[in-house]
Amino acid sequence: MQLARVIGTVVATIKNESLAGRKLLIVQSLNKNLEEQGKPLVAIDAVGAGVGELVFWCRGKEASFPFKREDTPTDCTIVGIIDSESHVSCQ
Amino acid sequence: MLLAKVVGNIVATQKNHRYENARVMMCETINPEGDSTGHTVLALDSVDAGVGDTVLIVQEGWGASTAATGKAGAAIDTAIVGVVDRIDLL
Repeated sequence: MQLARVIGTVVATIKNESLAGRKLLIVQSLNKNLEEQGKPLVAIDAVGAGVGELVFWCRGKEASFPFKREDTPTDCTIVGIIDSESHVSCQ
Repeated sequence: MLLAKVVGNIVATQKNHRYENARVMMCETINPEGDSTGHTVLALDSVDAGVGDTVLIVQEGWGASTAATGKAGAAIDTAIVGVVDRIDLL
């Protein structure tokens, strides 16, 4: 999983029917110091995240497991919202 | 599997229900010499690893989910599956 910040939303009217009603968010992965790491990705939201929030996301086939797993074509899903920046402890 | 050093943890109240009671640890990948490769990943802990430990991380869903929660099929792609005592290189 990766720590990330939600930096935007994506609107796609025409998409696979199993993606209907799913929220598409742009996530920027972060390192332990909350600095940007890698490129932004589009993720499906499974927990009700919003723009500006710190989240963590899951990659690969497992990303479809929160949904009807055989049906949802995703490889990047937000699975948790981090309570605040102070809840990221790093030594 | 990857070698990593545990550098911290995170707290997330709102998360997928399959993560309940799991510890989410922040890990920095390292090379076999022990130097950081500069990449941070989050992993579920299955072996009671602590900050500062060098650990083995599996990045595959079936194994990670089974190791961390006891059941396959959760939205988990990374788990700590071992604490490294030492690394011997030629």
